[in-house]
Amino acid sequence: MSDVYEVLQKIVGKDYVSSRAEERYFYGRDPGLMPPHEPDYVVMPKTTEEVQEIIKLANREKVPVTPKGGGLALTGLVIPLKGGIVMDMKRMDRILELNEKARYVVVEAGVTHGALKSYLQKHHPHLRHSIPDSPPIATIVANAVIHGQGRLTQQRGFNSDMVSGLEVVLATGELCRIGSCALSSQWFSKGPPLPDLSGLFLGWFGSTGIITKLGMKLYPCKKIRDVMLFLTDKVDLVPEVIRKLTHTEMVEDIVVTAQPIPLRFKGNFYIVLFITGDSEEEIEFKKKMAWEALMVYFESRDGGFVSVTPDMKPPFLAMPSKDTARFADVSKGGGFEYSGPIAPIDKYPVYLEKLEELASKYKLFYSSAARVINGGHSMMFSFSYTFNRANPDEMKRAKVALDEAAEFALEEDGVIWKPNINEQQMVMERMDPNTLKLMTSIKQLLDPNRIMNPGNWEAK
Amino acid sequence: MPELKFDKTKCAECKATSCLVKCQYMDFKDKDKAKKEWQKVINGEDSSVLEACTTCYACEEYCPFGNHPFYMIVERQEEKDILPAPRPIVTMWINQCEPVGRFMVGKIEEKALSYCFMPQLNALVGGKLFENIAHSSFFGQEFFCNVVYLHYAKMSVIKDRLPKVIENIARLGVKEVICLHDECYGCFTSLAPAYGIEVPFKPIHYYEFLYNRLKELENEIKPLNVKVAYQRNCSARLCPETDHYVDDIFGLLGVERIKREYDRKNALCCAEIIRMAKGPAMADDLQKKNIDDMVKFGAKYCVFNCPACYDSLAEKVIKAGIDPIHMIDLCRLALGEERGQKLPLEGMPALQAAMEDRQYE
Repeated sequence: MSDVYEVLQKIVGKDYVSSRAEERYFYGRDPGLMPPHEPDYVVMPKTTEEVQEIIKLANREKVPVTPKGGGLALTGLVIPLKGGIVMDMKRMDRILELNEKARYVVVEAGVTHGALKSYLQKHHPHLRHSIPDSPPIATIVANAVIHGQGRLTQQRGFNSDMVSGLEVVLATGELCRIGSCALSSQWFSKGPPLPDLSGLFLGWFGSTGIITKLGMKLYPCKKIRDVMLFLTDKVDLVPEVIRKLTHTEMVEDIVVTAQPIPLRFKGNFYIVLFITGDSEEEIEFKKKMAWEALMVYFESRDGGFVSVTPDMKPPFLAMPSKDTARFADVSKGGGFEYSGPIAPIDKYPVYLEKLEELASKYKLFYSSAARVINGGHSMMFSFSYTFNRANPDEMKRAKVALDEAAEFALEEDGVIWKPNINEQQMVMERMDPNTLKLMTSIKQLLDPNRIMNPGNWEAK
Repeated sequence: MPELKFDKTKCAECKATSCLVKCQYMDFKDKDKAKKEWQKVINGEDSSVLEACTTCYACEEYCPFGNHPFYMIVERQEEKDILPAPRPIVTMWINQCEPVGRFMVGKIEEKALSYCFMPQLNALVGGKLFENIAHSSFFGQEFFCNVVYLHYAKMSVIKDRLPKVIENIARLGVKEVICLHDECYGCFTSLAPAYGIEVPFKPIHYYEFLYNRLKELENEIKPLNVKVAYQRNCSARLCPETDHYVDDIFGLLGVERIKREYDRKNALCCAEIIRMAKGPAMADDLQKKNIDDMVKFGAKYCVFNCPACYDSLAEKVIKAGIDPIHMIDLCRLALGEERGQKLPLEGMPALQAAMEDRQYE
């Protein structure tokens, strides 16, 4: 194995490879609840060519490779389950191309959402991308790979739906382009009108190839953003409220929050609507449409819009939101993890009931911030629990609660989002056998030596 | 539970029924009709008043006998489970102001400032006006007067929490409480006595405090020489005897209180409670009438007493070309200090530019 270290040094330079204990410790875990497992090496490539050389080496030596972006998925997807190499992509941080008229940007795999946001604000203030509510160091590629969601998800779908092309290093070290960029100089489509091969890589957590470049669609950045808060205390009304709001096609993003603390949230469901427009008139019109859509609940007194004061607006409008981090400290230990099934909207009430039941059963603080996806075709429902990292018992209880939540979500027609390896097994056990066979064949075809983030999407 | 001291005979003898006839939001020009409807309220019968009331508090001021018609309306609304606002909003308010032990207490002296439960006041308290007292202050749900529940037909919450709040303040050893929000002052001088709740300290309206401080600092005042619109708030109706301080303070500051239609007894509510309770159409209409009235009479500033009114109207008055400013900040400007409260311009580049342009004028 010392040969591997020396070759890695030759590929990336001695400053960007390590097998030191402190680095292996750090790269052996993520902020969630999955057990750690240390890599043998950590490497930080700067170029696609370096990634290719590393993969060729790994494939030759049959050394596992786990790619890592921000490492913020919380479900252990960047933990090197079988050791080997963790490939930290952060040095590949160039924004390579931006097409104003076709509205897309091409970024390297280490470009973060924060960096792209800053770049767009400075150079292209009339364009924006879909920013998730993770910390700004989350990378665009990793977020797309896990089918992340962001502020434009209600209108445009998963962030992976917004991908407009990929450059991938296969397990052989060969380089492959996916989408229009496979035959054109432009990155405007990840598939159509060609067969959409992006599905071979998106959602696979790096177990079929390592994405080195990604095209991401951009969208108009309206001059004004505003927020509205609709409250109801009847959980059964939530799906219909969402249906009515999405019917208006006036809302940028919709998030439904439920949590017992702070006390102002207790007993109510907060439906947060974000509105954008280029003029006051446009904003007022969209607000009016939202009001009218929900007037029936206002009249029955089952729901109403609460005023958003000037001091409340900045935290709501912040992208990314900082409230997740605030919530994470409810237990005064900074721990927080969630299971986030993607589910039909009408499942909201039963999921909420389960969230509360598990919190009570395992004596945990909970919250849920459910995000509406793509006009209401589905939503991400989060079973979120906090824990104190200095309290192993509380961490264990949170883990058990999350496992039960995942089981429940699958029973109730949900599909687990960014599942940890245990949840991946749950998913594959329930999957149509021929679908699983197809997935297994694809994995075998693309990674015959099982070096690509092994342990993930591997049927037992 | 404390009970409202309400004298039916005063209403029976009343010829004017001003509580309803003068109401700006209900149509009771017909005195006989008003009298009959008010009798229904007193008798505990169903009445359109209970549904239509916007909870502006004004009838408290209109009643010449101090018989507390508004408190009676709120009592009746609650008895009949009438929800002036959607139930979840009422729940939110009740929950968020529940004492949870996270209050803040400064170095309390015999005279202290009450921030109530309004964090916005923190930005305002500073400078020469407060230099000898800012340290002696308290804030939090434990000291929150709870009067806001008048808007939500929840007199029971006030009656339940207020005695404890008064006890909490008294325990600080304070003899005089300067109420930075006049809802507290109205609570201690109007609502508490109306329910026979003893207040073992002397409440002082912050306008009185400001006036006295300005008199002490009179040599340092540079007259502002501007016209201002005054936004009179709902809780000012609980303590109308303090309104003269507005004129007194403006006099010291060299400020002209424009004689507009919607001021003094005819003041319009900031309408944010109305937005939550009655919907946006009525609220937008009221706010437009109010601001148009300010513009018509050439106001440079809109001066606020209540931070909640400021939150409700500041953006809109800026858009109308008027600077929103709290009374404390107006006083600070006249003393050559900078205002403490930031304008609500975040995310509004057009407004920011407009305000910057105006500052150069």
